[in-house]
Amino acid sequence: MNQLRMVWRKTLNYVMLTLTGVAALGVVSVLFLILGYLIFNGGSSLNLNFFTQLPKPVGETGGGMANAIVGSLKLLFLAAILGLPVGLMAGVYLAEFGGKTFSFVIRYTTDLLNGVPSIVIGIFAYSLAVLPVKHFSTFAGGVALAIMVIPITVRSTEEFLKSIPISMREGAMALGASKWKTIATVILPAASGGILTGMLLALARVAGETAPLLFTAFSNQFWSPGWGQPIASLPVMIYTYAIAPYDDWHRQAWAAGLVLLTLVLIANVGTRMLLSRGATRSA
Amino acid sequence: MKKTLVLVSLMLGLALVAVAQGGTILLNAAGATFPYPIYSKWFNVYHQLHSDVQINYQSIGSGGGIRQVMAGTVDFGASDGPMSDDQIADFKKARGMGILHFPTVLGAAVPSYNIPGVTAELNFSQKALAGIFLGTITKWNDPEIAKANPGVNLPAQDIVVVHRSDGSGTTYIWTDFLSKVSDDWKTKVGKGTSVNWPVGLGGKGNEGVSGLVKQTPDAIGYIELIYALQNNIAFGKVQNAAGKYLKADLAGVTAAAAGAAKDMPDDFRVSITDAPGATAYPISSFTWLLIPETISDATKRDAIKGFLKWMLTDGQKEVEALSYAPLPKPVVTKELKAIALIK
Amino acid sequence: MSSAPATIDNSATSHYGGGSRSFVRRWLDGDEVAHIITLLFAAGILLLTSMLVWELWVNSHLSRAKFGWDFFWTRTWDPIFENFGAAPFIYGTLVTALVSLLIAVPLGLAAAIFLAELAPRKFSDSVAFLIDLLAAVPSVIYGLLGIFIVVPLMRTTIGPFLKATLGFLPIFQGPNYGVGFLTASIVLAIMIVPYIISVSREVLLTVPREQREAALAMGATRWEATWQAVVPWARTGIMGSIFLALARALGETMAVTMVIGNDPKIAASLFAPGYTIAAVIANEFTEATGNLYLSALIELGLVLFLMTFILNGLARLLIMATERGGGRPS
Repeated sequence: MNQLRMVWRKTLNYVMLTLTGVAALGVVSVLFLILGYLIFNGGSSLNLNFFTQLPKPVGETGGGMANAIVGSLKLLFLAAILGLPVGLMAGVYLAEFGGKTFSFVIRYTTDLLNGVPSIVIGIFAYSLAVLPVKHFSTFAGGVALAIMVIPITVRSTEEFLKSIPISMREGAMALGASKWKTIATVILPAASGGILTGMLLALARVAGETAPLLFTAFSNQFWSPGWGQPIASLPVMIYTYAIAPYDDWHRQAWAAGLVLLTLVLIANVGTRMLLSRGATRSA
Repeated sequence: MKKTLVLVSLMLGLALVAVAQGGTILLNAAGATFPYPIYSKWFNVYHQLHSDVQINYQSIGSGGGIRQVMAGTVDFGASDGPMSDDQIADFKKARGMGILHFPTVLGAAVPSYNIPGVTAELNFSQKALAGIFLGTITKWNDPEIAKANPGVNLPAQDIVVVHRSDGSGTTYIWTDFLSKVSDDWKTKVGKGTSVNWPVGLGGKGNEGVSGLVKQTPDAIGYIELIYALQNNIAFGKVQNAAGKYLKADLAGVTAAAAGAAKDMPDDFRVSITDAPGATAYPISSFTWLLIPETISDATKRDAIKGFLKWMLTDGQKEVEALSYAPLPKPVVTKELKAIALIK
Repeated sequence: MSSAPATIDNSATSHYGGGSRSFVRRWLDGDEVAHIITLLFAAGILLLTSMLVWELWVNSHLSRAKFGWDFFWTRTWDPIFENFGAAPFIYGTLVTALVSLLIAVPLGLAAAIFLAELAPRKFSDSVAFLIDLLAAVPSVIYGLLGIFIVVPLMRTTIGPFLKATLGFLPIFQGPNYGVGFLTASIVLAIMIVPYIISVSREVLLTVPREQREAALAMGATRWEATWQAVVPWARTGIMGSIFLALARALGETMAVTMVIGNDPKIAASLFAPGYTIAAVIANEFTEATGNLYLSALIELGLVLFLMTFILNGLARLLIMATERGGGRPS
């Protein structure tokens, strides 16, 4: 009897260990599958036209996504200048100045904002930046993305600031520096690597967002001058083209997906590498 | 630090370049997907003729066109379902002015399908279409469909109905037709840009429905004629008021509009579905641009008026290539006069 | 400088020796100014979030007034007769989220266990890194893959297979279109599995070694030690990761709307097309003609917000409880 039980336990052990390994490998392989499909389907459409031409009228082949690429860059730029400073300052507050209860409230609210579905952020940005001026605009899209960037930046800024050892602060204060001087000249530069990577990751995250742009930045088949007109963006174009029946549009959607994913992955991989290198440097 | 400076100046440079495009008149429009192929062609051609006018049209569905022009977020809208009296009253309340309808082209909504193994052109009786979309006819080999298609081997498969998930003028045209030919439909569902569909999958825009039909075996969906042609999706003949089965084409659509051409009301809102006549294609429709009566920005107003004039004269020459029927002459004349109403 | 604090004080100001300088001193040093500036930014976040909730509440007023609590169980969504109910969307949102959890949790937990317990550390770190990259893939790209890969797969392979083997269950009956609840759940599962893996793995890594070693010392196999001694210790943290993933799944918009079929119906079959709150808002927001229609959509947004709010709160509590070092096996 005991023999049987031993065999059962050993088999179960072997089976489960294998299954968990298979699970892990399976999940990882999905990543390569995604990349593979995008490269296979989109790689061939990545020609010069794609990067330099505007979309052609419906049904005509050719044309590109030049305006969407620039559009995404402009939107990210707005998200950066509107959202990153807020996130940075709030992170500094939480790490350096905050009292207990107010900090708790801010942290909780930031987490809350982080968890809001992006479509709801889109509704909010619509009532905030589209309705009052009565038109869709790059600015409204930037506002929506900025709102999403803030919580991510707050959290990473706070974490990196807190990771700076107390000894650095005490050292600066021992030399007579005021608190804000310490923060500005000693702490922030020391944590800058981590903070910047946090910011870059936040931007990479919102670069792929589609839902909040649907009713803020809308879309545009031409170039969008300035900041007050609707603007095309890569994610929205991917969405529009993917659900349409035109094969040429499908190919362009794959290509756009490849471009978008490549940028996001470069940002993620690049920041990780920078972080690990920075860690060994400052240790 | 240096890197950020470079990045920031790059961005500013981009922005400046963008702003430097001064002098361009930018018009934003949104609405129907039904005429999107011809609109996108028109706006593109017009931009090449008048490089200072840029009309950005987003095909988000007729419901979207009506909503956004009412909210004032676009300069004009487009819809294949004319605005109802209530909606016009709402517009007046919201914007303090009236709204004008300008027909642009004539188009046809077709029942497109994708039945593996069936290459023949199917005939759809009025009862069959109503039944399919009501969900009372569920299989392709149902007697109501089979009796109109003798000799065709229809499979005993479930029909996958595809309709619009967004507010659509094409839906309006389709449900307008079904309401006229089926009392059941009229009472249970009614007509509108967005209805409570008894069955079916939802696709976004004519594009989405075409995409779903193309990819889903045993599917049937209603789309504008050009979408079926451009994407090589099979579509069937529909039984018209005179009992004849007609395949949608320019002649059939023009015949359907013939009666309306003579008695066009002043506000151009008219339904031509289920039109009388042996050669009339029963699911035809005008499609309209929705233009506010008062446009305070003079450059925009002139640009819109200029486009309308061009659209009604030279623009009409482009439509047949994309399988839309041009407007009847009496309608064009009436519209050219109506342009003066835009203040 | 004041003397070293006798107790541990977690607030930020303790690093700077407490309030030993006078207010005037601090002002002149510029510290109060810095304090105020950063505080204003932090308060700004509070303001922003409050505005968001307020806007949702106010703009859904028409719909709340007209439908009241009935909104939650009315099954019709009829823009013509202006009768709006949230039931099909709440159903769709919950069903897709729950089914995606059913797929993702076993998969994610298994992978996390492998990475935390069984794989060598460096290998585990690299694989965890790759899985984190999966979390960074934008939703619309998942939607793209969903339309062109999962949907045909569902129609040609997965659907018929399920029907052949489990077709007697009502959830696998009815026509199989390719799009539908199950397809959306599968795509969602792929999207949320990285979150489950990364948080669970971290939580499992904090379990004290004594737990595992004690079990092994008593003659347990590796699996038994893991499953019966280590995982239960991390139970609350793992629950937290599940709640996090659930919250993410509830709010997911693009990928779902591209593969769910967009039909506001409640159906027993997983092959049937459905609709979620996020998907209907994305599809119908720009065209909701009529203020009641728009208000109903915003009320749906409010409902979704509340759902994710509650879930995220619970998730945070659970994860915090584990991190504070208190996983009790019983």
